[in-house]
Amino acid sequence: MSNNIKMATENMSFYYGDFRAIDNITLGFRENYVTALIGPSGCGKSTYIRTLNRMNDIIPGTRVEGKVLLDGENIYASSVDVVEIRKRVGMVFQKPNPFPKTIFNDVAYGLRLKGIKNRSELQDRVEASLKAAAIWDEVKDRLNKSALSLSGGQQQRLCIARALAIEPEVLLMDEPASALDPIATQKIEELITELKKNYTIIIVTHNMQQAARVSDITAFFYMGKLIEVNTTEKMFTRPSKKQTEDYITGRFG
Amino acid sequence: MKRARLSKIKEPVIENLFLLFALTSIIILALIVVFLFKEGLPIFGKVSIKDFLFGKYWYPTYDPPEFGILPLIAASILVTLLASVIAVPLGVLSAVYISEIAGRRIQEILKPIIELLASLPSVVIGFFGMVVLAPFLQDVFDIATGLNGLNASLMLALMSVPTISSISEDAIHSVPRELREASLALGATKWETISRVVIPASLSGICTAAILGMSRAIGETMVVLMVAGGAAAIPESIFDPCRPMPASIAAEMAEAPFRSYHYHALFATGVVLFVMTLLFNVIADCVSHKYKQVGTATL
Repeated sequence: MSNNIKMATENMSFYYGDFRAIDNITLGFRENYVTALIGPSGCGKSTYIRTLNRMNDIIPGTRVEGKVLLDGENIYASSVDVVEIRKRVGMVFQKPNPFPKTIFNDVAYGLRLKGIKNRSELQDRVEASLKAAAIWDEVKDRLNKSALSLSGGQQQRLCIARALAIEPEVLLMDEPASALDPIATQKIEELITELKKNYTIIIVTHNMQQAARVSDITAFFYMGKLIEVNTTEKMFTRPSKKQTEDYITGRFG
Repeated sequence: MKRARLSKIKEPVIENLFLLFALTSIIILALIVVFLFKEGLPIFGKVSIKDFLFGKYWYPTYDPPEFGILPLIAASILVTLLASVIAVPLGVLSAVYISEIAGRRIQEILKPIIELLASLPSVVIGFFGMVVLAPFLQDVFDIATGLNGLNASLMLALMSVPTISSISEDAIHSVPRELREASLALGATKWETISRVVIPASLSGICTAAILGMSRAIGETMVVLMVAGGAAAIPESIFDPCRPMPASIAAEMAEAPFRSYHYHALFATGVVLFVMTLLFNVIADCVSHKYKQVGTATL
């Protein structure tokens, strides 16, 4: 682990039309750390994470103020190519969303976008990604089957493999296990711990036990504001703000 | 108690009434088909099925008459294929534009206009083809008549674009947003997302749209009657006047003596047309079922 700040937001606010969903958040994410974003529904944590790879760009009528920095560079600067940013900042969504293609082609999708056509290189990288996402053993004999034939947990790990295939630097996970059963959830959590060796991970979660289990740093969001950020251990034992304590002890939210 | 008993009688009565309404159209369809075959089949006492379908000469009023409908079938196929070559790209691409690229304002203007095309009476489109397009084609290509296969194809294309466009648009629209997001999040551009994810995922719907557009074109009567030129000879080029099956039936039915061979031959032509449109619809149905999208991840 290093103390390098890989990604950060500086005085960042986000608007849906006139509604300010994110209110002036300044927060840094350390390289090779897992940072968990927690908070009640509607607190803006999903909106926040989606600004980090400019996924909100596709929603009409939205705008961002302030800066989102990746290696110190503002990704919302006009000179920046959003496609390049999304290749560097991968994302795993709440609901598994494999393409209706074969398992192989699903993972190879991003590689082909990068212009990789060589069959054996594609094969090697697809295999490596599936191994990194801990799903290789379950799918290696049926790479030509539809990705939709997999179970929900397998689909989600396939989506992680797909995101890893293009070798991003940061991995955003928006409640990646909220639609999964406990066993599948456990697999995803083990995977996150494994992946942080190579990636900077930012995870949104509803589940506080999950945040406690997988993350190093936890940030608590409420009503579009950042209330508190601390090491996960401290956050769950001695939170410094009353609101945080109320939330994590289950008094509201 | 009385009320309960009453509803015990009322419910089945209402249910059966609705069943009757639902069956009405099926019964009428069945009657039409029976009638069509009953009036069409006697022609095969005069000519064999093979001579009827593949005979090159359609001279129903000569003595002796000839009942070969190959020229009519060829004309139908020619104008339908040419019309779909024009209308399918046009319809599909406009659907892609409307649902994926256009802003909301343009969308709200374009969509009703394309749908308005569908509500134009075909006789009006025929008029347009006769009065505007025909002289234009005659001048531009320096041909004997502007009433020909090309003119008919263009007008049929115009008529099938709304069908193709609106069905394709529904198909594209039903591709889940999650798939677009997945593609964009992997660093795909908008165009890459459209061409590699959205279109493949909606392909079955787009194929259905194309086939239904074709079946619209092949059955269309008024336009081909007005602008195809009417020559019952196998067309050798798209500039030849031709006589698709519906035009032949519409033009000759009034003159054919009741229950004459000519009359039966026209009905048999109707049977052929019916079988072809039925085939299109069955294919469309199969395609849309076979490649049906299973949706996003199901847990």
